[in-house]
Amino acid sequence: MSAGVFMLVAGRDLKLAGRRRFEALLPVVFFIVAASLFPLGVGPEPQILRQIAPGVVWVCALLAAMLSLNTLFASDHQDGSLEQMLLSRHSTVLIAAGKALAHWVLTGLPLILAAPVLGVLFDMRSDAILIMVAGLILGTPVLSLLGSIGAALTLGLRSGGVLILLLVLPLSIPVLIFGAGAVGMVDSGLSPAGHLSLLGALLLLSLVAAPPAAAAALRISVS
Amino acid sequence: MSRSIRLFTFAAPSRFYWLTGKLLPWLWATAALSAIAGLYMGFFVAPTDATQGDAYRIIFVHVPAAWMSMLLYLVMAGWAVFGWAANARLASMVARALAPTGAMFTFLALWTGALWGKPTWGTWWVWDARLTSELILLFLYLGYMALVESIDDVRRADHAGALLALIGAINVPVIYFSVKWWNTLHQGATISMTAAPKMAATMLNAMLLMTVAFWAYSFAVVFMRTRAIVLERERQAQWVIDMALKAQEASK
Repeated sequence: MSAGVFMLVAGRDLKLAGRRRFEALLPVVFFIVAASLFPLGVGPEPQILRQIAPGVVWVCALLAAMLSLNTLFASDHQDGSLEQMLLSRHSTVLIAAGKALAHWVLTGLPLILAAPVLGVLFDMRSDAILIMVAGLILGTPVLSLLGSIGAALTLGLRSGGVLILLLVLPLSIPVLIFGAGAVGMVDSGLSPAGHLSLLGALLLLSLVAAPPAAAAALRISVS
Repeated sequence: MSRSIRLFTFAAPSRFYWLTGKLLPWLWATAALSAIAGLYMGFFVAPTDATQGDAYRIIFVHVPAAWMSMLLYLVMAGWAVFGWAANARLASMVARALAPTGAMFTFLALWTGALWGKPTWGTWWVWDARLTSELILLFLYLGYMALVESIDDVRRADHAGALLALIGAINVPVIYFSVKWWNTLHQGATISMTAAPKMAATMLNAMLLMTVAFWAYSFAVVFMRTRAIVLERERQAQWVIDMALKAQEASK
């Protein structure tokens, strides 16, 4: 029963997103459009593009994941269903975790699927693309988990959208460093295992710590 | 009423207001005197550095400011979390009062670092581990201040800020080490508690005097800001009303 609420909340959010399919696709569209701007700004030389590709893809993924955060709890907060969820006897931690999972499925997963296409556009080598995708698989859940804390803290605030960026982006810098760093290691002929392990460690840490923090933030914001 | 002082005597805003009112002149005097002494020692007494010339003298502002910037974040997070966990109003007010001072010292450390970097490294800014993590620390301060300012409900603002400060404090070592592995150029720490200091005694004394000055300044300015917050939040309390009436009488 207690673990059921986790899947239930995640499933409900996914079903709601399925009713508005185009809206659910917006983050990944943003991801591709934003990343495509860089060659236009920097210039089309393949050498430079290959060098900046991992950083560009990771930064755009970071921004795309943040973009949809302010809707994570907002509609449930507006119609009062969030309050009912918190009043129920189910664990707030699991509810927050379910929300984060839904956010990852809706934004993280499409980003992972779209990233190889961008890698090809930026003329990346195939092994570098593989490591970039591996890094994104480990890193994007961290972004969703950290983001759920930010979304819970800024619930219902006027300046919510920009504020989330200011709160969450500094905290997600390690993810960016290790994610882009892993690809850089491949490019210079070294093993990316260390960077990927550190990303995995960040994922484990945020899996344990972020849902309770998001639950506490929800209690602060709604009470 | 017994006059004995207990551990939480000054946790009552009215008594805190009274006590800090007595302390403030002394704190300001300490800050001013040690700053004058430290700056004099640093700029006129301390010898010129063999390799860096006179440019190194910015160290007397830069290093204490960097120390304060990191210390104040931890102190802020500590008071904020204590205020949240123990529901201690004054602790939350102190945490809020600390943030702008901490951000100011972070900015000062970055700015003086740039002034020092230009003559010694030949560039205003490098993306080195310590500089970058100091910049991220500034972002953390700004995030805390922005969050706390944009929530109207005082209680929610205090508690949300406490949670954010706590997450930030846990993240600071993670950020520091990740940035460190990413890139490093900054010179290692010159002063450590375990090894003998690698600098002339006058330089060390000047730096310690400046540190005392920055500590006293921080206490003074944080107390002043806390007093303002106390008055704002306790404006319905009888002691504030009485004080305001008395001040009004005196001004007539």
